[in-house]
Amino acid sequence: MPKRTDIKSILIIGSGPIVIGQACEFDYSGTQACKVLREEGYRVILINSNPATIMTDPELADATYVEPITPAVVEKILEKERPDAILPTMGGQTALNIAVALADSGVLEKYGIELIGAKLEAIKKAEDRELFQDAMNQIGLESPRGRFIHTMEEALEVAEEIGLPIIIRPSFTLGGTGGGTAYNLHEFREKVEHGLTSSPIRQVLVEESVIGWKEYELEVMRDLRDNVVIICSIENFDPMGVHTGDSITVAPAQTLTDKEYQVMRDAAIKIIRQIGVETGGSNIQFAINPVDGRMIVIEMNPRVSRSSALASKATGFPIAKIAAKLAVGYTLDEIPNDITKETPASFEPTIDYCVVKIPRWDFEKFKGVDDTLGVQMKSVGEAMAIGRTFKEAFQKALRSLEQGRFGLGADGKDVFDIRNLPEGKRDEIKKKVMDRLKMPKPNNVFYMRYAFQLGVSIDELFRVTKVDPWFLYNIKQIVDCEEELYGYTV
Amino acid sequence: MVAKLALENGTVFTGESFGASAEVTGEVVFNTSMTGYQEILSDPSYAGQIVTMTYPLIGNYGVNLEDLESTKPQVAGFIVKEYFDFYSNFRATSSLGDWLKAHNIVALQGIDTRMLTKMIRTVGALRGVISTADLDDASLIDKALRSPSMNGLDLAKVVTTGKTYEWDAIDKTPFALKPIGRAKKDGRPWFVVVYDYGVKQNILRRLALYGCKLLVVPASFPAEKVLELQPDGIFLSNGPGDPSAVRYGIENIKKLLGKKPIFGICLGHQLLALALGGKTFKLKFGHRGANHPVKNLRTKKIEITSQNHGFAVDSDSLNSMLIEITHVNLNDGTNEGLRHKELPVFSVQYHPEASPGPHDSEYLFDEFISMIEQEHAPAV
Repeated sequence: MPKRTDIKSILIIGSGPIVIGQACEFDYSGTQACKVLREEGYRVILINSNPATIMTDPELADATYVEPITPAVVEKILEKERPDAILPTMGGQTALNIAVALADSGVLEKYGIELIGAKLEAIKKAEDRELFQDAMNQIGLESPRGRFIHTMEEALEVAEEIGLPIIIRPSFTLGGTGGGTAYNLHEFREKVEHGLTSSPIRQVLVEESVIGWKEYELEVMRDLRDNVVIICSIENFDPMGVHTGDSITVAPAQTLTDKEYQVMRDAAIKIIRQIGVETGGSNIQFAINPVDGRMIVIEMNPRVSRSSALASKATGFPIAKIAAKLAVGYTLDEIPNDITKETPASFEPTIDYCVVKIPRWDFEKFKGVDDTLGVQMKSVGEAMAIGRTFKEAFQKALRSLEQGRFGLGADGKDVFDIRNLPEGKRDEIKKKVMDRLKMPKPNNVFYMRYAFQLGVSIDELFRVTKVDPWFLYNIKQIVDCEEELYGYTV
Repeated sequence: MVAKLALENGTVFTGESFGASAEVTGEVVFNTSMTGYQEILSDPSYAGQIVTMTYPLIGNYGVNLEDLESTKPQVAGFIVKEYFDFYSNFRATSSLGDWLKAHNIVALQGIDTRMLTKMIRTVGALRGVISTADLDDASLIDKALRSPSMNGLDLAKVVTTGKTYEWDAIDKTPFALKPIGRAKKDGRPWFVVVYDYGVKQNILRRLALYGCKLLVVPASFPAEKVLELQPDGIFLSNGPGDPSAVRYGIENIKKLLGKKPIFGICLGHQLLALALGGKTFKLKFGHRGANHPVKNLRTKKIEITSQNHGFAVDSDSLNSMLIEITHVNLNDGTNEGLRHKELPVFSVQYHPEASPGPHDSEYLFDEFISMIEQEHAPAV
């Protein structure tokens, strides 16, 4: 299909200030979108409150507004500029939220402005827990079991159905306060009671816990002709329970057979169709029970995300750029592949290397903050590396974090000098190391190294950390290699 | 244990064995799938070939009892960058290396597979030898040079079944794809004769799931006998080697054209094209992987497909008055599918049964069943 000629001008919403959880990846995607849409001859209007971005450079848009990204301000811009469409999928959650607010308040209708990339209904279906769960049920996919309850009796019924541990999430509380995980019935009663009181509408979501399951992500693209391709699969080194932004992530997926991967791929295609994201990229997260392979859909982002930036770098497939072209009507087979130039973008990248991303934390700058990793992202940056083996990419990424480490140990910067530990101290240190590894914390991989140096087995380490044994084996290989090298003399 | 790969162009790679201790020759080809090594290894279409995976980390999820395309590994040899004897997957029953050793398959790891792949892409598929016994470069290169070329080689006769057999097994794992929803009429299964040129079991499992009762027959089974069986449809399977060498297959298909609905996959597609008067040719380095974009020219939609073929049908050689080109490869424009304009006959070059690979082309099984149903529909 040729590009649309019924729209002439498009508003792109940026993501605003750089905060934890939302960094330069949205500047990257927004900049790509501005460039592409201008190349295609559209008038591009941009709003972003953050002037320290590439996208706000004067030559990137036809009109740039460095203004607060609020519904009121954006409405004023719409009134003045009268764009034909808004592309809300490039500026992270901020942009998506503004688009929803403007649509709900009738502003878009008033000025006759269309949302392109993702329509209001699709955004709502993806973001609203209940609507999302319904959508998954309709296509026969599982999401975490559980439901909204208003009384303790209802809560106990649900607990009976799904078993412990259970996650308790009160509705409409700021940043999820009043929620938590219950491991026994006593805790459960306590947390439900607390949740009901914290929620302004006395409503709590009681949900099956998938903490410790394997976590995967797929980056999916769809065009107006309903062609769908998977750009990249990502497997998280850290299990469910740690925010993806705080997880070490690996592309492509390492421990799925083709049968299992294809079930996930089919699910992702069904999901993007069911949610109704018409064009562009989406990120879909899955959890898999390592014991029996049961797959659960966790969530979907109907927009370009942090993982899209990673997937773009990992595969060479420019997701934001292609998403912008799809939004104005092109189909995947009409867009040339950036790398080959000769073949179309309607393919699934296949790579002959392994990609590892490791987050970087700076807790020294946030005194008093609990450094346990959980469902709220705490990292402030990340490094990504490519290698022909997982070990190579992992070592390069650790080194690229610029925290003074040269890889996994062997650089004289260890907290514990295991090799020169007096025999009597080994048990004490081992307990310290294993206690630390019980909780997901920054830089736990260095403690995994200590554990292996202390003779802990892969099985034991898996029981404590729930990191897939295949990843642990690779870490052990690095440690073993170091031991071997240590045995040589110059 | 040290093992070497020597190629007919004089290149020698030294690595480490992780399979059987032996020596084997074959055509060295590469596959770009990132998952599915067990299915690839057990696909009879790889007979006579030494397969190298472009994805570098192999063995991660071990092998299991379910993801097999035949009863055993079929490749001549296997090459990877980094092999993992340590595996992690809830279905795994053994390591990849142990499985290959049990079936006496030679496997090599620790060589620069990227360099090897680039070489094949530049000069084309190469004959080669892997050995754990002979480590003398000159001797190995000589062996590679003396090994047979794939051109003119009929390998279907090597891998086909010795005798006819019935098949009604379906995939009972939780990973089985549901059929597109075609229930057989009046409870009677369609009876389909499957020509086995090296058939992948997932094709049989798919057809069975669509309500077909299958009789698998050897590659050289006479057409007359097929017609005596009065099947509702005939299926032409995938398989290894040069299609033009399978003369008996082509002759049999000629006799079946117009008699019964026919569906072909891969080698079956090529043999059908030859029976329809077309020509085939050898691709420089073939299509082997799970990410090949194919355009369905009828619907204009794109399918991401699983492929494994070294030869291709020359679209220009087909009589356009009689034959419609239905699918085309978007990477190099080669033929991926055809359909007879008058007779109930169609075929595709790629693998709708996936395994390994995407399920995008599953609808083709449904089309075959529709075609059979139409043949049975009372004339209006």
